[in-house]
Amino acid sequence: MSILTLKVNGRSHQVDVDPSTPLLYVLSDDLDLRGPKFGCGLGQCGACTVVVNGQATRSCVTPVSAVGQNEITTLDGLGTANAPHPIQQAFIDEQAGQCGFCLSGVVLTAKTLLDKNPRATDEQIQQALSGVLCRCFANVRMLKAIRRYANGRTA
Amino acid sequence: MTPHLTPDARRALGRAGFSRRAFLKGSGAIVVAFSSAGLADGLSDVFAQGFNGTGSAQLDAWIAIGRDGIVTAYTGKCDFGQGLYTAQMQLVAEEVCVPLSRVRLIQCDTSVTPDQGTTSGQQSHPTNFNHTNLALAGATARQALIRLASDKLGAPASDLLARDGVIALKANSSRSIAYGDLIGGQRFNLQLDKAAERKHPREWTILGTPVPRVDMRDMVAGQFEFVHNVKVPGMLHGRVVRPPEVGATVGSVDEGSIRDLPGIVKVVVKGNFVGVVAQKPWQAIQAAERLKVNWNPGTALQPYADLYATLRRQPARDTLLVDSGDVDANLKASTTVLRSTYLHPYQMHASMGSSCAVADVQADKATIWSATQSAYPTRNTSAMLLGLKPESIRVIYVRGAGCYGINGADTVSYDAALLSQAVGKPVRVQLSRKDEMAWENYGNAFVIDQRVALDASGNISVWDYEAWSAARGGRPGYNTPGNVVTGFLVGSSPAPFAPRTPAPAPDTPLNNGSNTAPSYIAGRVRDSANGAGVIRSERVLSHRVLSPFFTGPLRAPERLQNTFAHECFMDEVATHVKADPVEYRLKHLSHARLSAAVRAAAKAANWERRPSPRPGRPGGGKVTGRGVACVCYEGDNGYVAMVADVTVDQNTGQIQVTRLVVAQDSGPISNPDGMRNQIEGGALQGISRALGEEVTWDDRKITSVDWRSYHSLSMGLPPPAMEIVLLNQTDEEACGSGETSITVVAPAIGNAVFDATGVRLRQVPFTPERVLAAIRART
Repeated sequence: MSILTLKVNGRSHQVDVDPSTPLLYVLSDDLDLRGPKFGCGLGQCGACTVVVNGQATRSCVTPVSAVGQNEITTLDGLGTANAPHPIQQAFIDEQAGQCGFCLSGVVLTAKTLLDKNPRATDEQIQQALSGVLCRCFANVRMLKAIRRYANGRTA
Repeated sequence: MTPHLTPDARRALGRAGFSRRAFLKGSGAIVVAFSSAGLADGLSDVFAQGFNGTGSAQLDAWIAIGRDGIVTAYTGKCDFGQGLYTAQMQLVAEEVCVPLSRVRLIQCDTSVTPDQGTTSGQQSHPTNFNHTNLALAGATARQALIRLASDKLGAPASDLLARDGVIALKANSSRSIAYGDLIGGQRFNLQLDKAAERKHPREWTILGTPVPRVDMRDMVAGQFEFVHNVKVPGMLHGRVVRPPEVGATVGSVDEGSIRDLPGIVKVVVKGNFVGVVAQKPWQAIQAAERLKVNWNPGTALQPYADLYATLRRQPARDTLLVDSGDVDANLKASTTVLRSTYLHPYQMHASMGSSCAVADVQADKATIWSATQSAYPTRNTSAMLLGLKPESIRVIYVRGAGCYGINGADTVSYDAALLSQAVGKPVRVQLSRKDEMAWENYGNAFVIDQRVALDASGNISVWDYEAWSAARGGRPGYNTPGNVVTGFLVGSSPAPFAPRTPAPAPDTPLNNGSNTAPSYIAGRVRDSANGAGVIRSERVLSHRVLSPFFTGPLRAPERLQNTFAHECFMDEVATHVKADPVEYRLKHLSHARLSAAVRAAAKAANWERRPSPRPGRPGGGKVTGRGVACVCYEGDNGYVAMVADVTVDQNTGQIQVTRLVVAQDSGPISNPDGMRNQIEGGALQGISRALGEEVTWDDRKITSVDWRSYHSLSMGLPPPAMEIVLLNQTDEEACGSGETSITVVAPAIGNAVFDATGVRLRQVPFTPERVLAAIRART
């Protein structure tokens, strides 16, 4: 065990953990965050996605020690239920979800793409999401929500 | 009652005006003890479930009105992410005549909600939205409130109007009384009244409208509480160690193999159930991976390649659903007999989140936080495994990842309970991806032989269906924990399998709940004819064999497999007689609502009337086609038709679904946006199941154990254009909408591929390899 300092959602946290622990368990168990989720533990589905230094990152396969002092943003840290981030608002407007378990992967992967490439085409968005799963298959609404957000930010 | 409520549940109660203490004491809130002894004899059909749950005959079990006019409703049907929570709030608001903001809904907690057995996809909606259970409770409450107001205001009930939680004289709205002043904080002390009249859908102002999901904001903001997020004080983390192969048993467990790891609390062995408990989740995961268990080998499995031949060879339990008695003679006498065989693999629920539960088992009582579809049944079966009384166990439903049927939620609830009991502390267990996928209750594999005879004018005169399917276990229900893997590993048996040949003659009216019978037969048994079609020489014979794997309901269970075979075969017959597939279907249907759905889909799709395949020889490269499929879901629980447009790349075997048009009649629509969401998601999940998904194994074990080896279509899939026609039937009964669209996808695609290429796909999934092989074999 060792004491690490993590910057998560704009705040610093000290945690006493085994440094090989995947970041996901620290976020969900030690810091009680609900956004990132264990889906597969293999980096195959996207449910555990967080943003580390602007990159969509699979927290289930990223050791906590590898994150260093980089800023981590989770779905919880993007906005709140009452004051959602515009991409979250777009998902609310389109009612883009069913069970909601996949949303970290979908929302954060799309957001990091559009942060880098605000004029991404639908094909580029789909390409970016090709490693993300939604087993309820709310794909049509989610892609509409992402398009709505993308259009809104470039308008 | 144990004092553990999750933080969110506590907040919900707080919002409802109940302090936790008051809630637990049952003073401020109306908390009714449920007992089937309270059921009046003549009322039993009022809350008939068909899902074992007894519901409740007491109005107070369903609805309570606080002094502040807040209406709290209790339901035994829970939301798995399909929007049922919001829809049930709409139902209560509509029937009780209060704004949605004044409704609180508590779902599936065995200490406070009625026992409604299992919440099962397409069934939950009709159960609670027609004339029983929650809907009837709402109507009974409104009627009772009007009666009370009539006394207080000294005016006949017919002169009164209930609106926004206030009852007023129609002629003079200043003479009024609020619900809170009529009954706030008191019991109704009434039984559900079968005669209580529900509001007609034409009068609805809340139900029937596209109310946004009440949970959407929290979900999108990452603040929604899943069962995966439940935390209770002192909670430890467990992990199970499943057998390495099917049928393997524990030889010995070397606890010393993990002695050097930090945080280990206990190694638990009970029969063939093995698990570890640790302080932290990562410690538990590492311990489970490192723990040395000597397993005795399991039983050899027949290779996957031989699945369909194997199904036909085993001892079977035979069931005849329909038998007009003249099928063999008519087939023999007919000049044109067509036949085909369809193959459908095992498929899995494969939830996004591996299943999770938290249990706090103490010496004489237990609380289990579970995403099970069956809160009350889980209470009973957990009691069996723990050696406690069912009354001493409280199961609290907390949503998991979308389950689509019995995923690992039940089994992981047992895992958590057993590990908690072993350490005497609360334990959270989340399965590994592999343990979820290798041991869940799969959707059944099917091999289906279809035969028809044609009359002189090319119409179908005989339909003969014969199928073999494999099953083992299923939902545990109230007394069979061995129907899922954990119960089995600790020594409970799955439901017994009793071969039976030949099948007894059918003597009860056709119940087409599994869509075993095609829509086109008359379905005659004795004096009844419950089919949706016109074919009167008919036989529907099923052989159930024992599966080496656990099976259980997977979204549209069996209905999907059967409909694949029926609707592809119908197309094959239409092609043989060079008929348009839509017209040929309509010719053989007697069912007005299904026919209307078929016409609506064809119209919206701008269907071109002609036989399949598309005229002219398909060249190389990409070709396009269209296909149709339809079904009376479960015989009478939703009517759907779909037109699919596809592009087939004949060089790669890739199928791209470019457009789906769906027409659906589910009776009066509770929430049109919610219904669309279900149709869209079901249709796309149907594409995934048709094109990619199949459970695979080698000679010892399941090999489809992650997202590389089990192929779910990703978000990178360019989605088809979707057009949905909602047929709102306000004078009909409410049906479900969750399982209809998925049921017709594979045949609609298969028929479209045939239209494009002239190649008939008879085995799901339609992988590029299979498509390519079929194209190469095309003559």
